[in-house]
Amino acid sequence: MRAQIAVYVVLAAAALIAPFLGLYPVFLMKLLCFAMFACAFNLLLGFTKMLSFGHAAYFGSSAYITGWLVTVHGWGTIEGIFGGVAVAMLLGLVIGGIAVRRQGIYFAMITLALAQLVFFVCLQADFTGGENGLQGIPRGSLFGLGLSNDRTMYYFVLAVFVAVYVLIRRVVHSPFGQVLKAIRANEPRAISLGYKVDRYKLMAFVISASLSGLAGSLKALVLGFVTLSDVSQGNSGEVILMTLLGGSGTFLGPVIGANVVVTLQEYLSDLVGAWVSVIIGAIFVVCVLIFRRGFVGEIQRRFAQRAA
Amino acid sequence: MTTVFGVPLPAILGQLMLGLVNGSFYALLSLGLAVIFGLLGVVNFAHGAFYMLGAFAAYLGLSSLGINYWWALLLAPLAVGLFGIVIERLFLRHLYQVEPVYGLLLTFGIALIAEGVMRSIFGASGKSYPVPPLLQGGFNLGFMVLPIYRAWVILASVTVCFATWFLIERTHLGARLRAATENAKLVQAFGINVPLLVMCTYGAGVALAALAGVLAAPVVQVSPLMGSSLVIVVFAVVVIGGMGSIVGAIVSGLVLGLIEGLTKVVYPEASNIVVFVIMAVVLIWRPAGLFGKEQ
Repeated sequence: MRAQIAVYVVLAAAALIAPFLGLYPVFLMKLLCFAMFACAFNLLLGFTKMLSFGHAAYFGSSAYITGWLVTVHGWGTIEGIFGGVAVAMLLGLVIGGIAVRRQGIYFAMITLALAQLVFFVCLQADFTGGENGLQGIPRGSLFGLGLSNDRTMYYFVLAVFVAVYVLIRRVVHSPFGQVLKAIRANEPRAISLGYKVDRYKLMAFVISASLSGLAGSLKALVLGFVTLSDVSQGNSGEVILMTLLGGSGTFLGPVIGANVVVTLQEYLSDLVGAWVSVIIGAIFVVCVLIFRRGFVGEIQRRFAQRAA
Repeated sequence: MTTVFGVPLPAILGQLMLGLVNGSFYALLSLGLAVIFGLLGVVNFAHGAFYMLGAFAAYLGLSSLGINYWWALLLAPLAVGLFGIVIERLFLRHLYQVEPVYGLLLTFGIALIAEGVMRSIFGASGKSYPVPPLLQGGFNLGFMVLPIYRAWVILASVTVCFATWFLIERTHLGARLRAATENAKLVQAFGINVPLLVMCTYGAGVALAALAGVLAAPVVQVSPLMGSSLVIVVFAVVVIGGMGSIVGAIVSGLVLGLIEGLTKVVYPEASNIVVFVIMAVVLIWRPAGLFGKEQ
């Protein structure tokens, strides 16, 4: 417990002073957005053991909606974010409602296929800008503070990230979260205890989709553009890798995984071009074969062994 | 000229024909997926990548070794199937004891690697593969022209699908395969080499994907990403047909191809998504799929 608090204190301090260390603030914000996305995804994979293979649908659609509302309709920043998240929530409700009827591998395939549907809609709809995507999305302002300043925006994104992180911890430790864990451990038993399992799973799905949407909206505002890759299958795969690599079912794992994967992509894409996807694929293979606990999962296991 | 919904009949028939060709690919691919899933319990995400590798094997065979189409039909599935066997031995077999989603994730990683390697070497642009001389031209049916190659694709894939169905449902080997699907331990105890059976099944499923790739090479552009979105459609086809059902995979593959073709005539904007919409409807109405059994 003491070690855990120490880790959080160090991380919080690092996050607070990071923009002053010469690190590029936009890159830091991108890291935070993807960390948020991975944490939201982990609520499903890690704590409920539902592998959604289409989470880019919520991330991307929310990004598109926020970008569209802010750019075309002149909505304020907060309203735009809420608009995007509302759409992601609705999508999560519809897709989740269909997908939770099946388990395990079927669930994965159904979420993947329905996310592909969302992808094609984004490709063909008018408001998304098709192949070009949305560009020049303004960040607007918050309580009179202009967010076009990178540092101001950074602290705004950081604040939202911390809120989401705390919320997810809260959800997992709540009675609702305990039921999710029971479903993860033994679904038939949870059913026989009288829990409406599908309803709990759907609820978890909707929360996860909404928070993924929030991450997407922020990313759209941070970078000022949304493209098809935000809503694509590749993005869905990457968030799985982030969660798995960092440690699914741990709180900090997805944050670390997201940082590693985004940093790798950022630096390698200039260096090696298309080989990035080979490297990502290779990490996937290694992770699945010999590193299923992920970084944080492995560390926790070592600690547990030493304590025993 | 005869019209249906205000669309000239030859145009409709032409699109239905194209739909049936696509359906043939769906059928071949979903059949391979169903066979692999039945015995290994693995949803092979790399199926689209193996389809792509099959097409590339044909393309490279022709352009650098002078191997013609007919030999490619035999050699490309063999080569890619062997590659699949290597992957099964090296990676996949370590995952039979853990949850099936890991198999999906592993094969997803393999698909990324295969597509990334091909893209780095050959670039993202499509390459064209000529229709073999024997199959060029078309029959004039009076109301429309039927390209011989398209007819050949449909014929070949229906034949292969039927042969695979026969092999699994009607032969001694197929009986062992089905028995191993039911209870691998028991079949092993009867002295049948189950790991060998599993390995060969994976190889055969992969070879079917590669065969579809060779058949597709002359009608689509051969490119590293040709399989990456196709595999998701095929997943939807398999979910509609009912996971693990051989007949379901074949029938729903062909029918969904036709429906997609028809959608292109009636409402072209929806042709990309019609399969997914049908999947959603089927899942609400029959969660186990049209031919699947409720477990």
